[in-house]
Amino acid sequence: MTATLERLPLLVRDWITGFFPEPVRWLVSGLLAIVAILAVFGLYFAYLTLAERKFLGRFQNRPGPNRTGPFGLLQPFADAVKALTKEDIVPQAADKLLHFLAPCLVVAFGLISFAVIPFGRYLIPVDLDAAVLYFFAAGVSSELALFMAGWASHNKYSMISAMRALAQLISYELPLLLAVVPVIMLSGTLSTSKIVVAQGGWTFGIIPHWNVLTPWGFAGFFIFMIAAVAETNRSPFDLPEAESELIAGHLTEYSGFKYALFFMAEYFGMSALCGLGVTLFLGGWQAPIDILQVVPSYVWFMVKLSCVIFCLMWVRATLLRLRIDQLTRLAWKFLVPLGLINLGNAAFWHLSADWSGPLQIVRWAISAAVIVIPFVLIGRTLSSGLAPRTYRYAT
Amino acid sequence: MLGSGIIKGLAVTAKNFVGSFHDPERLPTVEYPEKRLTLPEAYRSFPFLVFDGENAIDGLRCVACKMCENECPPQCIYIIPERDEKGRPVKKPKVFDIDLSVCMGCQICVEVCPFDSIKMDQVFEVAATNRFEGLIAHREMLAKSNTYYHQIRPTEAAEVDTRLAEEKRLAEEKAKAAAAAKAAAAAKAAAAPKPVATTAPASATAPAAAPASPAKPAVAAPSPSPSSSSSAAAPMAAAPKPPATTP
Repeated sequence: MTATLERLPLLVRDWITGFFPEPVRWLVSGLLAIVAILAVFGLYFAYLTLAERKFLGRFQNRPGPNRTGPFGLLQPFADAVKALTKEDIVPQAADKLLHFLAPCLVVAFGLISFAVIPFGRYLIPVDLDAAVLYFFAAGVSSELALFMAGWASHNKYSMISAMRALAQLISYELPLLLAVVPVIMLSGTLSTSKIVVAQGGWTFGIIPHWNVLTPWGFAGFFIFMIAAVAETNRSPFDLPEAESELIAGHLTEYSGFKYALFFMAEYFGMSALCGLGVTLFLGGWQAPIDILQVVPSYVWFMVKLSCVIFCLMWVRATLLRLRIDQLTRLAWKFLVPLGLINLGNAAFWHLSADWSGPLQIVRWAISAAVIVIPFVLIGRTLSSGLAPRTYRYAT
Repeated sequence: MLGSGIIKGLAVTAKNFVGSFHDPERLPTVEYPEKRLTLPEAYRSFPFLVFDGENAIDGLRCVACKMCENECPPQCIYIIPERDEKGRPVKKPKVFDIDLSVCMGCQICVEVCPFDSIKMDQVFEVAATNRFEGLIAHREMLAKSNTYYHQIRPTEAAEVDTRLAEEKRLAEEKAKAAAAAKAAAAAKAAAAPKPVATTAPASATAPAAAPASPAKPAVAAPSPSPSSSSSAAAPMAAAPKPPATTP
């Protein structure tokens, strides 16, 4: 039963490809993967927007959208109809081709990152050897599309904020990669499916061997998530399209469905990055407890993904937007040094892999100290002279 | 330590999130069209006209004195008094319009009204599709019963009712007094030629009784009002009757 459920998507795929002649089956199966990702993550995106609005409402003591259908469940479709029926304005001075291409590319780059994420034990669209490398290459190219949007609008506000967006994205690319490197060092592979397999197994059947449950993994996950929030332009790092300060950043000259496409790309990017975070640090599709393996692996993946995204919403509901200098300072002065130290920490963890007995406790203590002490020290230096803030005219 | 403030903040929002599902204090929204808050008694929107009794137009307290029309700062009230066939005003408004798009809800009309006939309403859903006809409230629309007034502001309405009852009582007493004086004057006028004609000893009791009590028999004479002292009226009722029948 469990095995059938586990293989269910594959069985459906084989059943559909069975209708086609042998020479085109590889093509049909590839297209099916694309259709499945588009359908599942398209719907996931739609309900993510609703969930975000509902949860943000709850965080702010209000019910959130609840007028469209029961509990507001039809809200995403109402939004889609609204976006589609709005007038699509292209500025006269804009580069028409690039102005059209930018939203399409930004969604395309957001989507191609999904190709290497293992959604389940047997569910990985493309099992590349260098999947992590591919993921970041695809992720970085969305920055190109972002700048394309700012450039093609032929508007100085769009242009400046596209440059600000680039400054932010490039700043946070480094901590993001530095957080991922320890995982690759310790699992010895760039393949996402092998990284997930390496995190399999349980101690006493209840403690999973996920990377996040080690000192270096926890620090890595911490840095990864902060950088991921910044990479996906979400609050508190949503400077590129800060509604209250800028007009709409690089989206100023976009309207109607093109605007909606940028949002779609943002949510796709967020899902993909969180999916990678789940894959690298939270054990991917592995069940948290041995006996819970009866639940199919792809369910576990989606549950973990949703939890991580919920945490991002929680952070969004809590924190204020940073200033651009605070944003870059956090990246260069805090996350990058911490990421480099964590690299050394992971190296130590790798070298001390054969320590056993009481030495195991020493290993944990050293590894934790290596990351906690720099965290406290860097934090102290960064915040010295800044807090507690004194106000000259307020009491 | 760096980040402790963030954790505190996360705890606050988490409390709000969890609390919003079970604690009404953390989800204070009232979903308006389905649920409504009870309005405070002092809440006011636009003026309305109070009527007593059953018939909305006949029972209007308004006497078309135009005080509110004159005092209204944005001049949103328009009154034409009713006139009878001879062209005399009959103390009723023929037209009483309030332009709700102009009214600023200042309550000055209510304060100047000497008859407690215009009061502030609590209806705020006055949306209309047309800003000219749609937002002009006519006499029929403005007239609302005293019971409605009691519903929206009970204490104020009770106060107004006692005041009106008091005024009514005083007015009635005054009218009775006036009627009694009139009756006494009429009786005097009727009795005056009598002694000239017949100086009968029998009639001497009647003129003696009438001037001795000029007010008290008058109370009994025009109305059987229970408020007036019936104990005083009963013995006197016998006295004025003979002179009334004698002429």
